[in-house]
Amino acid sequence: MKVLARFAIQEALRRRVFTVVAVLTAGFLALYALGVWQAFKIVDDLGSGFNGVDPKVVVGSTMFGLALFGTLFLGVVLAVFLTLGTIRGDAERGLLQPLLVRPITRREVLLSRLFAAGGVSGAYVLAVYLLAMLITGAIGGWWPGDPVRPALALMLGVVVMTALSLAGSVLLASTANGIAVFMAFGTGLTAGLLGVIGNALNSGPLTTAADVVAYALPFEALYQTALGYLTSGTTGFTRFALQLGPLGGAREAGPGLWLWALAYLGLVTAGALAAFKRADL
Amino acid sequence: MIVRMAALTVSALHKRYGTSHALKGVDLEVGDGELVGLLGPNGAGKSTLVKIACGLVSPTAGTATIEGELGYLAELFRFPDWASADEVLTLHQELAHSAGGPGERARLLDLVGLDGEAGRRVGTMSKGMQQRLGLAQAMVGSPRLLLLDEPTSALDPAGRRTVRALLEHLRADGVSVLLNSHLLSEVELVCDRVAIIAKGELVMAGTPAALSTAGGVEVDTASGTRAWPDATREDAPRIVAELVAAGESVYGVRVLRSSLEDAYLAAVGDE
Repeated sequence: MKVLARFAIQEALRRRVFTVVAVLTAGFLALYALGVWQAFKIVDDLGSGFNGVDPKVVVGSTMFGLALFGTLFLGVVLAVFLTLGTIRGDAERGLLQPLLVRPITRREVLLSRLFAAGGVSGAYVLAVYLLAMLITGAIGGWWPGDPVRPALALMLGVVVMTALSLAGSVLLASTANGIAVFMAFGTGLTAGLLGVIGNALNSGPLTTAADVVAYALPFEALYQTALGYLTSGTTGFTRFALQLGPLGGAREAGPGLWLWALAYLGLVTAGALAAFKRADL
Repeated sequence: MIVRMAALTVSALHKRYGTSHALKGVDLEVGDGELVGLLGPNGAGKSTLVKIACGLVSPTAGTATIEGELGYLAELFRFPDWASADEVLTLHQELAHSAGGPGERARLLDLVGLDGEAGRRVGTMSKGMQQRLGLAQAMVGSPRLLLLDEPTSALDPAGRRTVRALLEHLRADGVSVLLNSHLLSEVELVCDRVAIIAKGELVMAGTPAALSTAGGVEVDTASGTRAWPDATREDAPRIVAELVAAGESVYGVRVLRSSLEDAYLAAVGDE
């Protein structure tokens, strides 16, 4: 299993996947730094005319919340492109068959790819998260109250998407799988927006619908939880101001979400293994 | 004396794809050190049989049992274009738990005529070179059985000769081979036994010599070539003696046999 995982990472390196990702991530972080600098500059220029609202917290958490979205998006793009053609796509191209006749089980092949892609995507998300946090803190002087759990939530969210993409690759050809996974990702994000709107309008049906979708696609619930941890220490008008912005749908989930996300990951992986075991190649 | 089990034993093998019945109870055996040719028209079920033997496709009923290590060259295969020939073989050595190291890789590349190409990337190789690399990959770990699905389809005549020599070399080493090929002449030249599959059924099996039948005797005389279509090898001396006794000058005698191609066409009909 270690051999195939290493080979998968070697492939990503040799195909310059990591070079492209590093260059584009540098661009993203540069833009983010510019945005943070401007946002805090405007707040500083306005002075302290915000009754009961801490502008540094509002700007810092809002900007960093946007960075989390960007980080999740980039991490998911990386995870999906590393896995969308792993099984059926590679089988159609004739890459998989020579490997499968070796004394290695299909379970080992699938899990090695999950560990490789999940590990790479998770590490990437952690790196971008830390850099965005450093940028926000260094420029604006704002640091998240809990820097650990948002990172873990994002990493787990990306690993969930990796597993979904890998499972899709057992059943679908590369293009169809890529479309399906990104549409599922879009559905989750749309549910998140519905949650924000539902929260602002105090609409029960909207927030319920958003919650159901967020748990059906737990990367979204994990993302909302990551946002929730960023603002967990806020109270009063500052919290009210945050609720009006993109952090309006944020929530702090209990251990149930973590357990559910891990169980979901296990179920998706088990389903993929069962389907792969029966697949004719 | 130690009697080794057959390298491949296929028993009552059935495979259905929906309503299509790809294999209808095929029995086949590849003995120890035996080179068996698998022939049949497109869609006859040859590749399905090979894939079931490899474990890539699951049978609907029946079994395919392999004794010992397996090497496989798929009909449609590809190696990562970014990897070098040496890296491809190293990966397969690791997966096959082969302790052969660089020596085995160099020997295999030499055997398939890719000596000096170890560092060459797959993406820069011709189809023929990739097929040679595929053969080398199949032989990693010195498997007891090789399943070769159209191993010469991308090769030029020189490449085919290399593969024929390679097959002879494998036979000498006691490796069993199931060779799935459309090239009847190639199969006839190298295989100990031939199995012909049509519409999912084994319709004929035997040695190439047994499958070919007597095709008559032709004699070149001063008055032209004369033919005895029903005569056999044993009739040739008598025919020559009768001609000489009749005052004919005999310049040559040919004992004709039907080719494997004739036997194949007779077995599979118009397919």
